[in-house]
Amino acid sequence: MLSAALALTFLALVFGLLLGYSSIRFRVEGDPVADQIDAILPQTQCGQCGYPGCRPYAEAIASGEADINQCPPGGEQVIQALADLLGREPKPLDPDRGAEKPPMVAFIDESDCIGCTLCIKACPVDAILGAPKQMHTVIADECTGCELCVEPCPVDVISMVPVEEDISHWKWPLPKVANGDAP
Amino acid sequence: MRLWSFHGGIEVPGHKEISTTRPVEPAPLPKRLILPLSQHLGAPAEPLVAEGEEVLKGQMIASPAGFVSAPLHASSSGKVVAIGEHPVPHPSGLSAPCITIETDGEERWVEREQRDFRQLEPAEIRETVRQAGIVGLGGAGFPAFIKLNPGRTIKTLILNGAECEPYITSDDMLMRERPEQILRGLLIIRRAVQARRCIIAVEDNKPEAERSLRQALGSMKEDADDIEIVTIPARYPAGGEKQLIRVVTGQEVPSGGLPVQVGVVCHNVSTAVAVYRAVELGEPLISRYVTITGGAVAEPRNLEVLIGTPVEELLQLCGTDPGAVQEVIMGGPMMGISLASLGVPLVKTGNCLLAVGRGEIEHPEVMPCIRCGNCAEACPMSLLPQQMYWHARAKDFDRLREYDLFDCIECGCCAYVCPSNIPLVHYYRFAKSEIRARQEQKRKADIARERHELREQRLAREKAERAARHARKRPGPSDESKKAAIQAALERARAGKQGAAQDDV
Ligand code: SF4
Ligand code: SF4
Ligand code: SF4
Ligand code: SF4
Repeated sequence: MLSAALALTFLALVFGLLLGYSSIRFRVEGDPVADQIDAILPQTQCGQCGYPGCRPYAEAIASGEADINQCPPGGEQVIQALADLLGREPKPLDPDRGAEKPPMVAFIDESDCIGCTLCIKACPVDAILGAPKQMHTVIADECTGCELCVEPCPVDVISMVPVEEDISHWKWPLPKVANGDAP
Repeated sequence: MRLWSFHGGIEVPGHKEISTTRPVEPAPLPKRLILPLSQHLGAPAEPLVAEGEEVLKGQMIASPAGFVSAPLHASSSGKVVAIGEHPVPHPSGLSAPCITIETDGEERWVEREQRDFRQLEPAEIRETVRQAGIVGLGGAGFPAFIKLNPGRTIKTLILNGAECEPYITSDDMLMRERPEQILRGLLIIRRAVQARRCIIAVEDNKPEAERSLRQALGSMKEDADDIEIVTIPARYPAGGEKQLIRVVTGQEVPSGGLPVQVGVVCHNVSTAVAVYRAVELGEPLISRYVTITGGAVAEPRNLEVLIGTPVEELLQLCGTDPGAVQEVIMGGPMMGISLASLGVPLVKTGNCLLAVGRGEIEHPEVMPCIRCGNCAEACPMSLLPQQMYWHARAKDFDRLREYDLFDCIECGCCAYVCPSNIPLVHYYRFAKSEIRARQEQKRKADIARERHELREQRLAREKAERAARHARKRPGPSDESKKAAIQAALERARAGKQGAAQDDV
């Protein structure tokens, strides 16, 4: 009887601590600068910046630990926005982190998938559907193109394909003018 | 009736006479009809038919996907031969999903229900208009039933017969030839929106159209005391919705606002005809008047065209010399889109095909902006085109929104008067699509952030649960004893192997 009560108390304590920890770790509000930075980052969650996701990188920038040019998916646009926000000079993307690429999504060649679930474990945004020993599929609309699922696949059937341009995503280009109509 | 004037605007040569000399005739039935699933603003329609299926003229072949969407109907009877990507009239020149019908020449109709609109409630009228796939035929193709449901008191219903853009005469010919249908459509729309007074606005460069409308109004039996036909001075873009409301009622629609906010609803005269045909004849929108004109066209005129007819065939019908064509524009020279391929079909919003002859529209050399301010004087939306141009060039999108970029109606007045020939509208279109793309990017990033956070929380919860399960377990063998057990097992295995190896020798 007593041991049961003790065990329950112990459990309550463990859960309480864990909940407390996760509420700090995953707090929604909090450091407003980090929030503003996180709002600018592309949320690809690829880790190329050297941090395990966009939020930790945002916190590192806010604390002055990381520079503003470490996010390849964000590229020039994000660097510019961060520079504006923080009142700093924009600088070119750190080439050691990778290069800016056109948007891609993961594609699984389903005929060869062995259903090992390793890619599901790797996906930071739960964009892969599948169950053990079943074939797996990427929900293209939710895939951020982080490439984290490509490496773990033991049969190499995941490839990154460019996002197809269709009419609803087509953009008017900046007009090309022969003599540049420079001021 | 008192008229007002709007800010800016320009006087442009009309070039309208050339296409109004011949009466309108139906274009011959094409072999193939190509029907894009998206000919309206909003979500593309969803196919209801499969390849190989026989369809009747007027049969619904794709249904609306959501509220802001429109269904699609077979323009003639025949067989569905393809459902898939086909080039469509779009500035990108890209393809989009289309249903292709091989016509059988029999023009077999679906069953059509003829009704008297006076027996119908406003909601029934709206539903009929919706099911008929009617979109605004003078402009961007906004589903018409939505504008039939204003949700507040409408003082003035305006039928837009201004047709201010050069070269286009399809509304003009419709007003000349089918004034009774326009008036009938007006009565139906009046009933749907419960308007107190109705105005049909015609630019003063269309005296024949005005005359025939007046005649038809005079001989109408229904009560028509509240219907007025007014001629307004021809000045581009008097047919722009906000400009027309200003001219006719003196009211300004607020920035970013809609006409209903000032108690006005505006519909095009061709939309009125489509409404009449849908409600009283039971015919969905499957054809329209189209102007085929321009310097490269030998016999410029208007034809009644089935939606989905390939542009190429229409140009041929009017004797277009392919060698003389500089470009083909769907719409007019100010706001139309240049076609990348002539295999594209005519769509619901396609009021004009302009086959520009060589040298007919000049593209003079672009020079630096001299800050003359002509553009601001000409802008009918009272914007600052020069400033918007600088910010668009600098990709300073936040500033651009402060300049009300999204109020720009892309009328082209600013570029028309610019002495430096700067393609100003192109810059605004660039900026608008870039801003929309960034909003979409932001929306997707927000979803990814949320999904990532949920995942992190889930992983932490799972970890906690594992830890808890572990703690709940009876104190089993301690780590030490486990290690010992594993060690023992390993040794047994090794001994076994060795034994086997020795046996082999
Ligand atoms: S590199 Fe950019 S997108 Fe990738 S995790 Fe870091 S901040 Fe996020
Ligand atoms: S599917 Fe692959 S590439 Fe896409 S988000 Fe998931 S792990 Fe990244
Ligand atoms: S009209 Fe042309 S040159 Fe004049 S201010 Fe406007 S953009 Fe500049
Ligand atoms: S295109 Fe836009 S900015 Fe230029 S005149 Fe028309 S409304 Fe004004």
